[in-house]
Amino acid sequence: MDWSQSLRLIAPEETLSIAGLVLLLVAAWGGDKASRLISILAVAALVAASALVAPALCGGAMGPDTSAFFGQFYADAFASYAKILIYISAAATLVIAPAFFERYNAMRAEFPVLVIFAALGMGIMVSAGDLITLYIGLEMNSLAAYVLAAFLRNDGRSDEAGLKYFVLGALASGILLFGMSLTYGFTGTTSFSGINAALAGGLSNGALFGIVFMLAGLAFKISAVPFHMWTPDVYEGAPTPVTTFFATAPKVAALGLTMRVMLDAFGEQAAAWQQIVLFVSLASIVVGALGAIGQSNIKRLMAYSSINNVGFILVGLAVATPEGASAMLFYLAIYVAMSLGGFVAILMLKDENGNYVEEIAKLAGLSRTRPALALGIAMVMFSLAGIPPLFGFWGKFLVFKAAVDGGMIALAALGFAASVIGAFYYLKVVKIIYFDEPADVVKGESDIWHKLILLVSCVVISPLGFLLTKWLGSLTDAAALALFHAL
Amino acid sequence: MIGVEHYVVVSSILFVLGVLGIFLNRKNVIVLLMAIELILLAVNLNLVAFSAFLGDLTGQIFAMFVLTVAAGEAAVGLAILVIYFRGRGSIAVDDVNRMKG
Repeated sequence: MDWSQSLRLIAPEETLSIAGLVLLLVAAWGGDKASRLISILAVAALVAASALVAPALCGGAMGPDTSAFFGQFYADAFASYAKILIYISAAATLVIAPAFFERYNAMRAEFPVLVIFAALGMGIMVSAGDLITLYIGLEMNSLAAYVLAAFLRNDGRSDEAGLKYFVLGALASGILLFGMSLTYGFTGTTSFSGINAALAGGLSNGALFGIVFMLAGLAFKISAVPFHMWTPDVYEGAPTPVTTFFATAPKVAALGLTMRVMLDAFGEQAAAWQQIVLFVSLASIVVGALGAIGQSNIKRLMAYSSINNVGFILVGLAVATPEGASAMLFYLAIYVAMSLGGFVAILMLKDENGNYVEEIAKLAGLSRTRPALALGIAMVMFSLAGIPPLFGFWGKFLVFKAAVDGGMIALAALGFAASVIGAFYYLKVVKIIYFDEPADVVKGESDIWHKLILLVSCVVISPLGFLLTKWLGSLTDAAALALFHAL
Repeated sequence: MIGVEHYVVVSSILFVLGVLGIFLNRKNVIVLLMAIELILLAVNLNLVAFSAFLGDLTGQIFAMFVLTVAAGEAAVGLAILVIYFRGRGSIAVDDVNRMKG
């Protein structure tokens, strides 16, 4: 593996890092007036990076040809699939953000730059083939994300969200790092293939502690129970476009990273971590469903919904088979579409003065004042609940099918029962929108880009989405295969 | 004779102190930043001790990376703390409670 080949494999990362640095200079010289231009250029950079990763995904790239820099970095189909989802989410965030921030006179030129750097870090996370690469990618994403959470500097809630996210995120990184240091000490290497080979002979107690600490750190990042407590506060406090970003791209990146670490590096010792993932998954489903019931703020409700969904996605990891991994990736794609739709719909809820409405009770009777928006929210809610004609059902179906095929029938049954509890609060929102006396609060005009993104997400999660099943299924199968043959 | 296990014990103690510092601290947010630094120091101690014990340089390189990123992290953390203080006029942990539920 020579250097030129390695440099060719990291072309998407090079594009994004150069674009980020150049745009930072443009931001420094152009000031906030240039923010719209920088946003457009940032979206262009993300589109270019997606175009660069697409061939690896469509070709199902895997094996030694995809490993750059002596196995520190994988540019295989799995990483490419996750990167496409990350870049789409980041681009959507950039498209919906200006209308929101202009309302507060807070559209600043560094926003697109931070999103670009976060996307770059997330791309490195899913491509990591070594603990050091993993850490650099994770921190690159996290440092940008802390700043993004506190982006509305004059809003007390945004500052508080930034502070909470920073403290708990740094704690998570610390726990993860401690796990990595133990893993390094007891296996003698930081590369995933080396760790895999070292653990093939057996698992020492030190390495087991390493796995547990790393899982705990990763669970923080994907907001899985019992490390989910930051999620509702950060989702509520962060500016809504940033929340949209947090609910989509970092989830994909952190779950991709978790899959890579668990199935690749610790793949030989699956029995040691399966029980933990099993517990985390069920606990997330139940806590996500129960926690959402009492919420009155729709962003908090969506936060619990994301905890709940992460639980379902982890069912696929608990099985530890290629089929489970493929189901997880499929679910992630649907989850990104549902979250984008959900949060863009929240961005469209404005009262007559243009203030954003976040209280669920104020949505009463929305179906009579804004029927199209009400239909969009209802579709997102039904899809999140996994009710059949909508595409969200297919993700849950695939995950549970993988669990049943993997012999985990009890897990599938419990998950199924818990998803019925979850349906309660989604249906409550729909009931308020459609059957309560109109509160007549939501009156503001929506931005055209918001309408467009809501429309696209609704088409994807509508029954029309099932037309994608075959194509998306072949992509996720190739990606899962690449993950299992990376070493 | 001091072996690698002594280093691991010390670093584990530092790590636990750091985690407890985050959860038990009721005073102010600066102490939280110090606790985070303590955790990262525990990790670095671990990495360097393992590196010396294994005769493998990777751990020391990793420790350099961790140090660098920790500096960046502290900078971002303090910046967020400054804008938080400007808005709230306090950095007591008990006051970080505008959102609950």
